[in-house]
Amino acid sequence: MDAILLQILNGLDKGSAYALIALGLTLIFGTLGVVNFAHGALFMIGAFCAVTMQRILTISQTTIDESRTDFLGNPMKVETPYVENWFGPELGGAIIDWAVPLAILFAIPVMICIGFIMERGLIKHFYKRPHADQILVTFGLAIVLQEVIKYFYGANPIPTPAPAAFTGSFDFGVLLGFDPNAIIYPLWRLVYFVFSLIIIAAVFGFLQFTTFGMVVRAGMADRETVGLLGINIDKRFTIMFGIAAAVAGLAGVMYTPINSPNYHMGMDFLVLSFVVVVVGGMGSLPGAVLAGFLLGILESFASMNEIKSLVPGIDQIIIYLIAIVILLTRPRGLMGRKGVMEE
Amino acid sequence: MLGLNSKDTKFLLIVIFLTLATPILLQPFPEGSGMAQFNAGYPDLMQRFAIYGIFAIGFNILFGLTGYLSFGHAAFLGIGSYSVVWMYKLLDYNVIWGLPLAIITSGIFALAIGFISLRRSGIYFSILTLAFAQMSFALAYSVLTPLTNGETGLQVYRSDKQVLLGATEPTSPHFFGIVMRENFWEPSVGNWQFTFNNGYYFCAIIAILAFYLSLRIFRSPFGMMLRAIKSNQQRMNYTGLNSRPYTLAAFVISGMYAGLAGGLLASMDPLAGAERMQWTASGEVVLMTILGGAGTLLGPVLGAGFIKYFENIFSKINDNVLHTWFGFLPDGIEDFMVTIVHPFVGKGWHLTLGLLFMAVVIFLPGGLVELGQRVGRLFRRRDINSADAEAKAAKQRANTPAE
Repeated sequence: MDAILLQILNGLDKGSAYALIALGLTLIFGTLGVVNFAHGALFMIGAFCAVTMQRILTISQTTIDESRTDFLGNPMKVETPYVENWFGPELGGAIIDWAVPLAILFAIPVMICIGFIMERGLIKHFYKRPHADQILVTFGLAIVLQEVIKYFYGANPIPTPAPAAFTGSFDFGVLLGFDPNAIIYPLWRLVYFVFSLIIIAAVFGFLQFTTFGMVVRAGMADRETVGLLGINIDKRFTIMFGIAAAVAGLAGVMYTPINSPNYHMGMDFLVLSFVVVVVGGMGSLPGAVLAGFLLGILESFASMNEIKSLVPGIDQIIIYLIAIVILLTRPRGLMGRKGVMEE
Repeated sequence: MLGLNSKDTKFLLIVIFLTLATPILLQPFPEGSGMAQFNAGYPDLMQRFAIYGIFAIGFNILFGLTGYLSFGHAAFLGIGSYSVVWMYKLLDYNVIWGLPLAIITSGIFALAIGFISLRRSGIYFSILTLAFAQMSFALAYSVLTPLTNGETGLQVYRSDKQVLLGATEPTSPHFFGIVMRENFWEPSVGNWQFTFNNGYYFCAIIAILAFYLSLRIFRSPFGMMLRAIKSNQQRMNYTGLNSRPYTLAAFVISGMYAGLAGGLLASMDPLAGAERMQWTASGEVVLMTILGGAGTLLGPVLGAGFIKYFENIFSKINDNVLHTWFGFLPDGIEDFMVTIVHPFVGKGWHLTLGLLFMAVVIFLPGGLVELGQRVGRLFRRRDINSADAEAKAAKQRANTPAE
C-alpha cells in the first residue's frame, strides 16, 4: 500500500509538468487552431528565466579584503552580490536563496511578451495554411529558440537550487499512519504539485468566471459568430496565446530545482506533451490536465522494479504505448469533443 | 529508354552525370588557396550526400506524394544500420549480406508500423509515427541492449564469430573485395586534387538506382494514385476506392529506402548507434525534403546535399576565418561584423539551419526547386507567351485546394 502511494506521489511532479505544458498546448490549439511545436521551447525559456534571475541576483561587486590572504599571500578578493550590499547580508542572502520563486514575477511579463511576439509576428500568418505547415514552421522556430539559448547559456545543465527552506523532504507516511520513513517525498516536488494545481485552477477560473473568459470560450465554440457580434476575437486569442506561453514558462521556472535546465529540455518534454494532448483529446482542457497527471503516475508505476522485472523496458515506452492504444481505439482522446480533429 | 519518355531520360542522364562527376565538381578550388575550405570533394562528405540523398528520396515518396508527414523515419535508418552491423558480426565484412537484410527488416518494421499508423491521418499520423520511433529509440537504449549494445553502439569485436571470414579477406566493409574506405584513383591536376573513393561510387550507383526507381514511381499509375490521395482523400473514398493499401505501400517503400540508407551508413563506417533513431534525426530528413522541395523529384536530393554541405562548411568556420573575410573593413567594423556573424557559424550552424528552414516554410513552400523555377522564370520574362502562361499557372495554383 505504501509503495503504491509512493509511486502515485512520484508521478505527480512529472505529471504536473505534463499537465501544465499540455494545458498551454490545448489552449493554443483550442483557440487558434494551431499545432505549436515550439511550446516545449517556451517551457525551456521559462526555465532559463529562473537561471537569468539567479544570475541577475548574484551580480557581484569585487572588493579586496586586506585582513585575509589567499594561498599566494596576496590580499583576498571577496565577491559580494550587490543585493547583499544593499539589503544587508541576511535579507540579501534570503533574496538570492529565493531566486527561483522570485523568477515567477520576472517570467510572467517576459513570457507574455514572447507569446505576443510569436503570435503576431509568425503564427498569425499560418492560420489558413495546412496543419503540416504549422508543425514545420513552429518546429523550425523551436530549433532557433533552442540554439539561441544554447548560444547565451552554453550546452551544459545549469544547477538552480530551490530555497533552503524547501530542500528537505517530507515524511508523508507519518501523516497517514504508516511507519516513519515509509513514504518520503522531497518538499520541492510537493511545492511544484501545489503550484501547478493553483495555475490550473487559475486558468480554469479565468475562463469560467470572467467576462473575458466567457468571450474566449464562445470564440472557441464558434469564432465567426463571435466576430459577427462585434467582438474583436483575434485580439483576445492573442492574449490567450500570451497566457498559454506564460503557463508553459511558469511550469519551466518551477521545474528548475527538480532538473537542472539545459537547452534541449523543451524538446524532451514536447514530444511527451503532444502525446498527453492527444490522449486527453485535442482541444479539451480538462482532458489535457487529466491525461497529464494520469500519464505521469502511470510512468512512475511502470518504473517500479516489480513491474519492470515482469515486462522489461515498459517504463521507457508506457506513455507511447498508451497513446497508440488510445489513438487507435478512441481517436478523439479521453475527453475530446466529438468531431474535433477526429479524422 | 528504360521505360521513360525522352524528357525524363535526359533528366536521368543529367542526374547520372552529376552523381558520377561529383568528386570533380565539388572540388572547384585549388589546394592551398583561401577557398579550399569550400571544397566538398572528400570521400566522407560525398558518401553522406549520396546516403542522405537516398533517405530523402524515400521520405519524399511518402511525404511528397501522399502528404502524410511522418516524424519517425529515423527508426528505419537505425534498423538498417543494426542489420548490417549484425551481418558483419555473424558472417563477414562483405556488405552484400547486410544490405538486402537491412531493406527487408526495415520493410517488415515499416509494414507493421504503417499498418497501425495509417489508420489515422494528419497530425495524428505524425504523432503515431513519432511515438513508434521514440519507442524504438528508448528500447534500443535500454532493454534491447543485447541486440543493440545500448549506449556504446553496435560494433564488431575480435571475439565475434564471423563464420565466412577468410584469411585474406579485408577487415573493413567491402563489396566482394572492393574495400569501401579505399580510393581507387587520386589524380592531381596542377594544384587540384581529386579523390575517387570506392565507397562513394558504391553509394552513388545505389543512389542512381534509387533515383531511377523513384522516377518510375512518380510517373506510374501508382504514383498518380498517391498524388490523388494527397489532393483529396475523401473524394477517393467516395469513388469507392480503398486508399489504405496505396498509402501503406508508399510507407513501406519509403521505410525500405530509409533502411537502405541506414545500411549504407553502416557500410561506410561499421558502427550503429541508437542516436540514429532519435526523433531529431527524423526531423532532419523532414528538413531536407522541405528545404529542397517536397513532391519534386530532385528537391530532396538537393535538400540533403545542401544541409550536409553547409553543416560541414559552416561548422568549420571559426573566428579566425571570419577575421580574414572581413579583413578589408576598418578595424572597428571588422570586429563588429565578426561579432554579428559569429553566432551563426561554427557550433551555431543549427541556428542558421533553423532560420533558413523557417524562411523556406514561410516564403518558399516549394523549396529550392521552386526558387530555381522562379529565378528561371525571371530570365524567360521576355518571352511573350510567358506572362500568359504564368497567369494560367497562378490561376491553377489558386484553384488547388489547400487540403
